[in-house]
Amino acid sequence: MSRLEVLKTYKIYIGGQFPRTESGRYYSPLDKKGKPIGNICLSSRKDVRNAVVAARKAFGGWSERSAFNRGQILYRIAEMLEGRREQFISELQMQGSTKVAAEKEVLRAIDRIVYYAGWCDKYQQILSSVNPVASSHFNFSVVEPTGVVGIVTPQECALIGLVSLVMPVICGGNTCVVVASENSPLCAITFAEVLNSSDLPAGVVNILTGTNLELNNVLATHMDVNAMVYGGKDQEALKSIQESSVLNVKRVISQVKDWMESNAQDLYLISDTQEVKTTWHPIENIGGASSSY
Amino acid sequence: MAKNKKEIAESVEWNYSPSLESTAHIHLKKQYDLFIDGKWVKPSSGKYFQTINPANEEVLAEIAYASAEDVDKAVKSARKAYTEVWSVMPASERAKYIFRIARLMQEKARELAVIETLDAGKTIRESRDLDVPLACNHFFYYAGWADKLVYAFPNRTVAPLGVAGQIIPWNFPLLMAAWKIAPALAAGNTVVLKPAETTSLTALKLAEIIEESGLPAGVVNIVTGYGDTGAAIVNHEDIDKIAFTGSTNVGKIIQKAIAGTTKKATLELGGKSANIIFEDAPIDQAVEGIINGIFFNQGHVCCAGSRLYVQESIAAKVIAKLKARMDSLYIGNPLDKNTDIGAINSKEQLETIQKYVKIGLQEGAEMYQPKCKLPEKGFYFPPTLFLDVAQSSVIAQEEIFGPVLTIQTFRTVDEVIQKANNSPFGLAAGVWTDKGSRIFNLTTKLRAGVIWANSYNKFDPTSPFGGYKESGFGREGGVHGLSSYVKLS
Repeated sequence: MSRLEVLKTYKIYIGGQFPRTESGRYYSPLDKKGKPIGNICLSSRKDVRNAVVAARKAFGGWSERSAFNRGQILYRIAEMLEGRREQFISELQMQGSTKVAAEKEVLRAIDRIVYYAGWCDKYQQILSSVNPVASSHFNFSVVEPTGVVGIVTPQECALIGLVSLVMPVICGGNTCVVVASENSPLCAITFAEVLNSSDLPAGVVNILTGTNLELNNVLATHMDVNAMVYGGKDQEALKSIQESSVLNVKRVISQVKDWMESNAQDLYLISDTQEVKTTWHPIENIGGASSSY
Repeated sequence: MAKNKKEIAESVEWNYSPSLESTAHIHLKKQYDLFIDGKWVKPSSGKYFQTINPANEEVLAEIAYASAEDVDKAVKSARKAYTEVWSVMPASERAKYIFRIARLMQEKARELAVIETLDAGKTIRESRDLDVPLACNHFFYYAGWADKLVYAFPNRTVAPLGVAGQIIPWNFPLLMAAWKIAPALAAGNTVVLKPAETTSLTALKLAEIIEESGLPAGVVNIVTGYGDTGAAIVNHEDIDKIAFTGSTNVGKIIQKAIAGTTKKATLELGGKSANIIFEDAPIDQAVEGIINGIFFNQGHVCCAGSRLYVQESIAAKVIAKLKARMDSLYIGNPLDKNTDIGAINSKEQLETIQKYVKIGLQEGAEMYQPKCKLPEKGFYFPPTLFLDVAQSSVIAQEEIFGPVLTIQTFRTVDEVIQKANNSPFGLAAGVWTDKGSRIFNLTTKLRAGVIWANSYNKFDPTSPFGGYKESGFGREGGVHGLSSYVKLS
């Protein structure tokens, strides 16, 4: 007798845990043949709020981790993903990719995480400055994470799109709430399992499944979200996010790239969710000491 | 009974001898037109409005009121100048034009300072020693960037954005014009700039300087007017970039207006910045810093240190010294070099300040104002502090934009970090302590764009300025100020 396969329940990822949506609702996205790929949590605005609370709670600790340590953790994410390659390849196929395309996407995703792992303790030096002010002050500008970032991932390239948008944000010390691809949500949730086994502190990345229509603007209007990254191509959805973001002057970043390209990654994706902080520190002018000491 | 020295000193009525800056050397026209395409043109509506000296309410000049039609003309001229001249000119030549503007401004620095004081009500000491030199230096700093942009953005090709629409406030009229125009030009953009309606004169004098510099026609256009003129700039279809400094409310309107367009924006908005004094701070210096933090420029400063947090153990001492120092502040004619606090910029702003002070009293806070005689004509408000203020109090939460300070106390470092960060704004903060490690602990944890350690209200063209959270986004000054005006590929 053939063995009955144990099917996986796909749940959302909030504060390092895998709850079901508080609304109890589900939806069943279809694959290319019109067959449902699973019963997926149809997250509600309450789930968004819970996720933002978790992200805010995680922000202080994550942003204060040493840059070196953040790099170690990001690299660990790549290691975990590498170990689960086959699972992602099969899920991407369930979502409609060919085997070749699925393999390519998973490998690209792993390499991209390694790329950003390497940036964790370097971008600060490129983006910061010591400013030669005319007065007797030591003046410098450093970058700091913007805070809690809402990320709407693209519909297509469900894995590499999510990885490409999330990694620069957390590399820079932000925490985030991610809206997964509506039609292809499987690998987003499995990616949450990778994150959960990578020493990434709970709440740094929170992943919700559901509809863009319902979730995007709850995030964009949330007063405790500091920035929105929109990875989709829908200009109306982008406009709507931009309008909602006015409430607390969120930074809105629109990112449309072919994420499968090897060069769809750079320093400036990190700087998009960084703030520049300038510090003035007086220099004591010791009387009588001339410059030629 | 014989009076002691202190009683004698207090019983004698005395005053400083006036030390007035001369206004004889300045050149002001009776009427100013719009500066579009290198020419002075009449407003299409034929309308003009008056600009007054807030220190005595006398009319200084009539200013053209630009309509949407005039703005369109200015944008067309900026677009033409962008495509045909400015973006194709060798960057080193662009630099030389900007250097030349800086030099001409330096040559006319005193005239600019006097006009700024007349039009804005700020003290001559401030406009002469701070506003105007900084404005000149800003042009001088960014001029040199024009042909060095590739060094600012590693691994990228740098191109200008196009036409920048720039809207500036009334608190630092010439300085804000410089903050906006200099980096835009250096990066190869052309500009349509609107000064605030109460303080257009120095921007118009700058237009005269630009004309004198021989800058190609249309590279900088100055359109004067009210909010509807600004709205015409924001909503114009052929503008690539909006740079705005002003209130958070108007900033939000602008952010909404450009949603769904390809316009880029930088917003420098309001603030409610914390000035934090620890018990080991050099108290006398800190008191000077508090005074400078809130009363500089009549408190019309977006980064004003309007929320004072004093460690409980030294609160009584600091407050006593603060009151004594406030008693010695000299409020009056901004042209008088003795004056510490000049005129409130407009009647409207004076009413806003009065409204907030009334709210503070209704909320039960204890108010202190020195007994000082205010001039009979003009708009003035005495330096004011509020004690017993709650964190939730309106006067501790909302931006007043006047010489009004709220005082709260704290015991621990964590407490004051939480209180300081408990604000929708995040523009600036001050930290006063003798302990270096504590300074860096605080400067790291305060969510604000500019932190002054044992100092306050320092500015420099090389030093990036701008806020976190609802204080806006983007930076002005330094290498970071360039990124607001370039397209990277």
